[in-house]
This record gives sequence, structure tokens and C-alpha cells, in this order.
Amino acid sequence: MPPLARRNLFHDKIRLLVTLNGIVFAVVLIVVELGLFTGFTTATSGVMDHSQADLWVAARSTPYVDQAVEFNERKFYQVLATPGVADAQKYIVRWTNWKQPDGKTESVEVVGLDPDKSFGLPWNVVEGDAQQLKQPHAVMVDEIYKKKLGVHGVGEWFEIRGHRAKVVGFTRGIRAFTTAPYVFTTFKNAQEFVQFDENQTNFVLVKAAAGVDLNGLKAELQRRLPDNDVYLTAEFAAKTKHYWMFTTGAGISVLMAAGLGLVVGIVVVTQTIYATTMDHIREFGTLKAMGAPNSYVYRVIITQATIAAVLGYAIALAVSLFVTLGGAKSGAPIQVGWELLVVMFFVTVAMCVLAAVVSIKKVMGLDPAMVFRG
Amino acid sequence: MAGDRAMSADAAISVRGVTKTYAEGVSGTPALNGIDLDVQRGELTLLMGPSGSGKTTLLSIMGCILRPSEGFVTVAGRDVTKLDERKMPAVRLKHIGFVFQGFNLFPTLTAGENVELSLELKGAKKAHAKGEARRLLELVGVGEKYDELPRNLSGGQKQRVAVARAVAGSPDVILADEPTAALDLHSGRSVMEVLKELAREQQRAVVVVTHDNRILEYGDRIVRMEDGLIAES
Repeated sequence: MPPLARRNLFHDKIRLLVTLNGIVFAVVLIVVELGLFTGFTTATSGVMDHSQADLWVAARSTPYVDQAVEFNERKFYQVLATPGVADAQKYIVRWTNWKQPDGKTESVEVVGLDPDKSFGLPWNVVEGDAQQLKQPHAVMVDEIYKKKLGVHGVGEWFEIRGHRAKVVGFTRGIRAFTTAPYVFTTFKNAQEFVQFDENQTNFVLVKAAAGVDLNGLKAELQRRLPDNDVYLTAEFAAKTKHYWMFTTGAGISVLMAAGLGLVVGIVVVTQTIYATTMDHIREFGTLKAMGAPNSYVYRVIITQATIAAVLGYAIALAVSLFVTLGGAKSGAPIQVGWELLVVMFFVTVAMCVLAAVVSIKKVMGLDPAMVFRG
Repeated sequence: MAGDRAMSADAAISVRGVTKTYAEGVSGTPALNGIDLDVQRGELTLLMGPSGSGKTTLLSIMGCILRPSEGFVTVAGRDVTKLDERKMPAVRLKHIGFVFQGFNLFPTLTAGENVELSLELKGAKKAHAKGEARRLLELVGVGEKYDELPRNLSGGQKQRVAVARAVAGSPDVILADEPTAALDLHSGRSVMEVLKELAREQQRAVVVVTHDNRILEYGDRIVRMEDGLIAES
């Protein structure tokens, strides 16, 4: 068949621009909001997701990783003595304050770890390495937060809760969900920075021996440590994500914004595709008068909508990429994976076809006798 | 009398006792009031009459676009009066070609593609449709306009393309609604010559609704309508 749908769509460039504008606006809004949701969600559990530990031991009823109370480090030795445990380390995650030389303070989240272990280390290290954390007072921060923390380069000195801290390296892209950036340091330094007693920790990270059933080990640890909670790493990460994204309402509001984007998108696209159909209503009347089957008329309208969807999606993809790259340099953790992009392609097509259905309903009711009226 | 009202077996379209009342249920003057008419192949019939006389309503009923309130219509020997609504488009597609006052070409398609579309809707393969569209445009004298968009054609050329589209797929009947109304005398005459030729040489039944007395000479038969009735035939 002659390409009526394509020609109709491209005939009026302004109308096409308006249609694409609507689609792009909606898709970018949804992609960015869902990207933010994914980014936020990932940020909440980054420390766990990258820990390479198999199990986390926390105080009883710890709601999420950032809110763990301290417990006595003898539990650490009980963990080490448990059959099936290959290695373990005391680990601290706790908010505290960072003070710049000019007196300006910022909230930070100290992560205290053992640099000699193969797990629980900072990741994406771009300057320095974990071993350098063994220097006195050494800390490592993410380069995203240099400005926020007043850091210009390695070797600079700051103060954390009255204790000296020297920047020895940087990570890249380790975002915190809250406004408090992560500061990696040794477990010993961390105890000072968060004012724990010498025998206190708030986590024990466990590495299981090869071939050990993790659920079985978890149960055994739980039996031996009745005053603590033991989690598989993924389990604890999920608990933390759920807390931040749904208990605080942060995730719901981002998801609602994405939903709103979808609704706005459908409304805008419906209006523009409907207007495009109305521009050609006499032609659809002519087709019906000529005896064209309804299926052909519907195909023209749906093809128009689908072409618009594919074009709009392609442009939206470019814009989203631009926004995402912009976000990577700022504090906005927009994380757009290929899975989201694939889903969004089908959402875009579905949105446009749904919008076309309104036009089809109008054309269905068209009286072919209209062609004889003026 | 009963014999007079019998359907003509040879007629491309046969109309018997057709009445059409709009806004059914409300008392009003019927647009058509018991029309009997046979349209023969090879004949160009001019349907004339003042505005509101029922010409276009009759054309729409003959074209299976409107249904009569009463009476019977056969198209190519098939009674279409009681045909399922969903089957009417197929009858139009197979048996009837339309030419409209405002041309009604698809503005985003070229002259050739306008004709191809009609052919492909009727089931022609793309390659055949291309060749046939070119042949038909040449037949109506606008072969060189094959790749032109309608906006680049004169009124007369547009109407010739519309005629080529109407005749595509060899329908039995061509129904033209005021085909010369938007044209100057010369263009109007040339379009009528094409329609006359199609009727005579391709043995099609051509019905032209018109107010235009300048084209009377092209009619093999002139049917005058008044107040929903055939006043003279």
C-alpha cells in the first residue's frame, strides 16, 4: 500500500513536532523518574551490594544499614568460631560530622573496615588504594562530593568529630542516598570518628567457606547470637532499600512522579494524535466511502502512532542520556539500565497506540456520506 | 404496472420504489419518494435538479453509502437493500467508483499513489498496481503527472486523477457528484469527455449529479428530479 500513514505524519512538520514533543516529554519524564528511583534504590544499599560479604550480623531489630546500634565486639569472635565461616571483620557504618578547615561542617557516613580483608572494601577507587587507608588518620571520599566536603586533592586534612582525618584517595560514583557522603576509613579510625568504645562495632561481615550453604550458616549464626540479627547480604540490602524507598515515602513520590509522567504523556500524545487524525478526517471519510475496510483505516492510524512512538522514543533516549550524564556529574543518581530502556520502548509504543484508539473510535463513527457534503 | 417496476436484469444499478426519509420517526418531507431508476452499462446518465431535490441522496443510495427507508436497490444484479452493514464497504469497493466535487484526493500521496491505493485496496499486487495506475492516468490524459502531489495539479488535472482512481479496478458503476462544479468550462468539458469515453468504450455505467447545464450534451440520458421524485427521464 502507498505509505499513507507515514506521509500523513510527515506532511505537517509543525504537527509532527508537537506530537514528538509530547512523546519525548513524557518518555524523558518517566525514564528520568524511574532512573532516579533505581539510582536512589541502588544508592541506599551500595555498601552492602559491593561488600562481597555473604552475611551481615547486626544488632537485633536493626531497621536498615544506616541505623544500626553498636554491640560488643566479642560477637565477632563468636562469628569467627562458627563452623563454615571462612573469614569475618568488624564493620562500622554510622553518621557523623565532617569539619572543613574554615569551620564549615557537613554530615557524612563513616564506613569503617579492615583494609587487609578481601571484602567490605571501598570500590571504584580512582586515586590511591585501600591499603593507603592504613596510614594514620587516613580517609577516602568520593570525587562527586569533593566540593561538598571542601576537598581539592589527596593530602588535605579535615576533622571528624574532633579527630584529624587525611584524604588519601578517591572513589568514583559512590553516592549516598542521603545528603551525607560516605567516608571510608579503617575500623579503628571509624571507632574514633563515631565515638564508639574500643570494644564496640555495629556490624560483623561474614565470608562463608566455599561450598557452605548460606541459609544454613545464617541459621547457625542466628542460633549462636540470639541478641543479634543475621542477614544474607541481599536480604539486608533489600530491607534497607525497602525502608528508604517505601517507609520514608521517598520512593513512592518518585514512582508517583513517573506515573504522572505516564498520565501526562498519554494525555498529550492522545491530544496530538487525535488532532492529527482530525486533520485528515475527510481523507478517512473518503477511504470509507471508497469501501476501504475498517481494518485498513485503523492500520493507518495505528501505524501513524507507532512511527511517532519510535521516533519520539529515539529522541527521548538521546535526551535521557544527556540528562543522565548530567546527573552523573551532579548529586542526582539517575541510573538507567538497558532493561528500563527496553521496557520504556514498549511503554512508549503502548502509550501511542492507546492514544490512537481514541482517534479510531472517532473514525469508526464516521459517516462515509460526509464526502458528499461540501 | 407491476411489470414496469420489475428489476432490470441488465442494469448495472436498479432502484425500485426507493424512499428515503431522514430523521425517521419524525414527520417530514421524504428526501426521496418512490424512485424507480435503471442505470445501464455504456450509458452516461445526468442526474439534474434543483438543490434539495434528492439527487445526492439518490446517488448515496445507489453508491451503497446510504440505505433507503423503503424500496430495493440492486448493484450488478445483487440486492443490497438487506445486506449486512459490514458487507456494504466490500460492495462499494468492488462495484462502484466515486468522483467527488472536491476531488478528495489524498494530499500526501502522489497522483500515481492515489490510484495505486484504490487498486491495492481492491487486492492488486503492488507491482501490478503501479503499472495499472500509470496506464489509467494516461487514459485520462494526466500520465505525466504520476509523481506529482495533488497540490501541484490544476483543478482539471486533479479531477482527472480522481476519475482514474474511480475507474481503477474496473468497477461496474462510476458515480460522480458535481464533478465539474469546481472547474472552469474547459476543464469541466475535458473531464466530461473522459467520463463519456469511459462509459462508451469500457461499457461502464456512469451517473453524474450536476447543476451544470453546460455539460448537458454529454448525457446519453438526462434524469430530472424535483421534490424527491423523478420529474422527467
